Amino acid sequence: MIPANFNYHKATSVKEAIALSSELGEEAKYMSGGHSLLPMMKLRFATPEHIIDISKIEGLSYIKEDGDMLKIGALTTQTEMEHNTLLKESYPIMGDAIWLTADPSVRNVGTIGGNIAHGDAANDQPALMLAMRANIVAEGADGTKTIPIDEFFHGFYMTALEPSDILTEIQIPKAKKGSGGAYHKVERKVGDYATAGVAVHVELDDSGVCQQVGIGLTNVSAVPMRLERGEELLRGQEITDELIEQVGQIASEDCEPESDLRGSEAYKRSVVNTITKRMLNKALERARQ
Amino acid sequence: MAKHEVTMTINGQSVTAEVDSRLLLVHFIRENLDMTGTHIGCDTSNCGACTILLDGKSVKACTYLTVRADGAEITTIEGLAPEGTNHPLQQAFHDQHGLHCGFCTPGMIMRSVDLLKNNPNPTEEEIRWGISGNLCRCTGYNNIVKSVQQAAKEMAKEKEATV
Amino acid sequence: MFKCKTSAEVGGMGHSVKRKEDARFLHGKGNYVDDTKLPGQLHMVMVRSPYAYAKIKSINKEKALAIDGVLAVITGEDLAQYNLHWMPTLLSDTQMVLPTDTVMHQSQEVCAVIATDRYVAVDGAEAVEVDYEPMQAIVDPFKALDDDAPLLRPDKEGQEDNQIYHWERGDRAKTDEVIANADVVVKERIYLPRIHVASIETCGCNASYDKDTQKLTVYLTTQAPHAIRTVVALVAGHVGLSEEKIRIISPDIGGGFGGKVPVYPAYVVAIAATFLIGKPVKWIEDRSENLVNGFARDYHMDCELAATKDGKIQAFKVSTLADHGYTDSSANPSKYPTGMFSICTGSYDYEHAFAELDAVYTNKAPGGVAYRCSFRVTEAVHAIERMVDKLAAEIDKDPALLRFENFIKKEQFPYESPLGWSYDSGDYKATLEKAMEMIGYDDYKKEQAEKRAQGKLMGIGICTFTEVVGAGPSKDFDILGIAMFDSAEIRVHPTGKALARFGTKSQGQGHETTYAQILAEELGIPYTDIEIDEGDTDTAPYGLGTYASRSTPTAGAAAAIAARKLRDKGKKIAAHLLEVSEEDIEWEVGKYFVKGAPEKSKTIQDVAFAAYTNIPPGLEPGFEATHYYDPPNLTFPNGAYICVVEVEEETGAIDVKRFVAIDDCGNIINPMIVEGQVHGGLTQGIAPAMYEGIEYDDEGNVLNGTLMDYLVPTAVESPHWETGHTITPSPHHPLGAKGVAESPTVGAPPAIANAIIDAVAPLGIKHLDIPITPAKVWEAIQAQKAKA
Repeated sequence: MIPANFNYHKATSVKEAIALSSELGEEAKYMSGGHSLLPMMKLRFATPEHIIDISKIEGLSYIKEDGDMLKIGALTTQTEMEHNTLLKESYPIMGDAIWLTADPSVRNVGTIGGNIAHGDAANDQPALMLAMRANIVAEGADGTKTIPIDEFFHGFYMTALEPSDILTEIQIPKAKKGSGGAYHKVERKVGDYATAGVAVHVELDDSGVCQQVGIGLTNVSAVPMRLERGEELLRGQEITDELIEQVGQIASEDCEPESDLRGSEAYKRSVVNTITKRMLNKALERARQ
Repeated sequence: MAKHEVTMTINGQSVTAEVDSRLLLVHFIRENLDMTGTHIGCDTSNCGACTILLDGKSVKACTYLTVRADGAEITTIEGLAPEGTNHPLQQAFHDQHGLHCGFCTPGMIMRSVDLLKNNPNPTEEEIRWGISGNLCRCTGYNNIVKSVQQAAKEMAKEKEATV
Repeated sequence: MFKCKTSAEVGGMGHSVKRKEDARFLHGKGNYVDDTKLPGQLHMVMVRSPYAYAKIKSINKEKALAIDGVLAVITGEDLAQYNLHWMPTLLSDTQMVLPTDTVMHQSQEVCAVIATDRYVAVDGAEAVEVDYEPMQAIVDPFKALDDDAPLLRPDKEGQEDNQIYHWERGDRAKTDEVIANADVVVKERIYLPRIHVASIETCGCNASYDKDTQKLTVYLTTQAPHAIRTVVALVAGHVGLSEEKIRIISPDIGGGFGGKVPVYPAYVVAIAATFLIGKPVKWIEDRSENLVNGFARDYHMDCELAATKDGKIQAFKVSTLADHGYTDSSANPSKYPTGMFSICTGSYDYEHAFAELDAVYTNKAPGGVAYRCSFRVTEAVHAIERMVDKLAAEIDKDPALLRFENFIKKEQFPYESPLGWSYDSGDYKATLEKAMEMIGYDDYKKEQAEKRAQGKLMGIGICTFTEVVGAGPSKDFDILGIAMFDSAEIRVHPTGKALARFGTKSQGQGHETTYAQILAEELGIPYTDIEIDEGDTDTAPYGLGTYASRSTPTAGAAAAIAARKLRDKGKKIAAHLLEVSEEDIEWEVGKYFVKGAPEKSKTIQDVAFAAYTNIPPGLEPGFEATHYYDPPNLTFPNGAYICVVEVEEETGAIDVKRFVAIDDCGNIINPMIVEGQVHGGLTQGIAPAMYEGIEYDDEGNVLNGTLMDYLVPTAVESPHWETGHTITPSPHHPLGAKGVAESPTVGAPPAIANAIIDAVAPLGIKHLDIPITPAKVWEAIQAQKAKA
């Protein structure tokens, strides 16, 4: 399997990349880790005329808390995230997901920005971003924009990014006392895309009442999906087993899976129900620690 | 299509070449440099037979463009240990019968180098997950796990001796 | 247990010596087919059909030929000029090399692009324009025999429907009668799905024809280089390729498992291309080409097992529908179209059995490879082992107890099976007892009862299989008429070191070590002093190759007997050196001595030196021997495997908690290597049991033709295997050895299936076909709930 010919351009700065993209037009594609795009090119499902390599741009690989935000540079690899002390200690949901994403060698190259910007509902990070209510920072010909995650995913492999926009940073509200998250996916074997996955983030106040909650679903809809009805049910409530049971049921009803090699629609709905409940419990446990 | 000049260090030697944009790193290593220890098994970055170290990290060379490796430091199985000697992992795979047909072995070993660098004393479960991007069809993995365990012990001893 | 006769330094049988072949693989210096690079190297890429069944209206080469570096596009029409567009299969069918008018399965080779560079060849293949007229494919084998099914092979004279053949063995009437009158009869349709060997190295070749010497050299991923040489001579003799001018070299092979026995069409095209162009042509399959072409299994088996009410088995009947794809290219011995399927009566003592099979054409890839099993033994063992468990469940008897009560007893060997095999040896009771003890069977039974009381799903699965390997006696077994013997040739050099060559070909089994150990055992020459060479038809003695666990049973035996020939000659030399008569010379490993005077002795090395330097009068100089071994019978390795699983009712998730495998493969040459082979085979057993299966849609498109979706187990899915042995030597093999490497692939799937089905039995589930995935378990549980 060999990709079709293309022109390669290495960008050393975000500005240069955007300029290149603007000049080359829609036949140009950005490549960061390349682990989503290059396989598609090798299978010749994608045949871009130009590849703009953004992986060498300096300064886009970092993980830091800044003000009330956790900020992750878009070129941060999944491995860097996996071994990052801050994420390990304060954002265990990231470890849950990364451990289940592809394999260690792919994670050495694959970036968080690429995982999100690809716009694939089968990728794991979109569900986390939905659950944690991330903002996506992008730079483009018109300058910098900050896109709330709920406005980011538009369709099958389609996002709010214009062709020349570069996703530069992910901003996530900082972990605070009483918050916790968890992610799990059922996969056919390790490293597989999710049969179904669920990310949950909860924030409890001192009396244990749920102030904020986010639930994102992986690979059970064409577009990465937020479980709005489930979140509404929990917000402002003390989360009980009965409520968790109801949210699991809602998740199984509201998700939009299709039957495929990973299983029937009914099976996937059932899996979503189970994982939603389990991740709610796990997130609550972490929030209460 | 324009060619691109790349310079990288492979197994300690500097290499400069003119390559096509689309040349995959695994083909550059195998075809242009005639180092055939790095193998191709699946084309879709599932099997890991093409695993090399790029700037110290395990990378699947079938899913990496040669042009992007410009300036990189690459180690392949041929350069893991000086000629005629064994890296502790090579020795362990031999001692523990961690290979049969040998096709996955270079990739498996290169991956294990990175694994042990990040986790010098892994549990069996951590080893199994750590090599989960490398398929072996022959060994059933039991002895690969034992090989990595042996190497971890040996490397810890070596480290202790040098401290 | 086996007692070593040699020291660790000599390293004869029973020593776990480290492998001699490891160093080159560990340092990246293995030499696989894709590693070969010849002067003037060209590359070939196949254009393949996107349709399962279509007429080819036209093939336009122009755009491809216009690409700089593309030298040729070879079509079926081109080959037809030389009458090379069809080739015979091993089972008297015919297979297209390249089509002239119709494609019969998705991914079938349509034409070949030859270019100066691999990348350019791929571009060329993309640029070839083929105009197809798609037709309605037959995908379901049960519909292949419908009256209105289109005739898939009108090219075959006398072919009136899509049946390839009907085969049967045993007494149908008597078996039916016993079943009709039995207290208990259990029935099931069991499907063993299409799977692929998925060796990590795909298939490929590098073919080079020298127009001056008229010599064809082919580096080939083949398990049977000599057989391939003969096939090439038979297929292409009419264009001037004669057998002495053909050299097949099977270099290092990255896993074979049966998938590298067949002759794939692209090999023939590459040979034709180099023959015409005069430059070397390399073809390396990509992973999708590999997975979508060729297959194993694909048997639909209707089984009936009859027994008395207390569980004494009386009769077994199995009627099978086999989906062979568009041609029967099964790699079976000629007289055994269904391979050794008639081993399906299993490890049990009863009189009546009947097996029949109908093979049909469909619009799928051909193959029928003997995937790590001696020709359809996996299918046979799955059938009987599932049915025995089903019987146990039906009469509510412990499946271990049911097996003990029905086993062929140790003293019954050699045992004549109802379908005509003569089992050589075994101690089934001891083997199962050992497995039960090792896993703690009784404790797990108690734990299971407790868990069931709590509503938890836990299962224990047993498989006690009998294999039949080492084909085989030449009166019964041949491939294209060539008897399935195998060979060894030993040359001991003047300094006492040796070179031995074989007609087999290792693909990871460790022949370079184990054959040296056999010779060390027989001659006393340290295994480190013996070089082993295989795979080059210009140098190796003729042999049928390595598959079906036949290397130790045939070539291993040949090595032992060739060594004994040398020992006999050495005795004469020793007598000469020690100045006594030959009758006064005795042998113990590594040396000859005078009877009653052991201090008067000559080592094997002394004798080898004398064979070149101090030759007894009248004796032929040199110290070499060759033997072609024609086995008197096959060997019947066997084993007892036990698996413990837990299943989660809510999700169907399956957790394999333990797996114990006790194998009896007779005397063991290298325990370390045998254990390694068993581990690997077990992972190839859990693969079809829980993960793998080639899936088709209604149009005949393969849905999982990459390793993203064809789920080869990783180290995470593969359990920590626990292994052990009993030893019942084969009475007819010179070393008392049997084959082993296929046993685990054969024995593991039913043990795992039985365990999972046992786990969900309290929910009313009585059978599940493999692969048993969580999704499948979940669906079955829902179906039970819907019933209730």
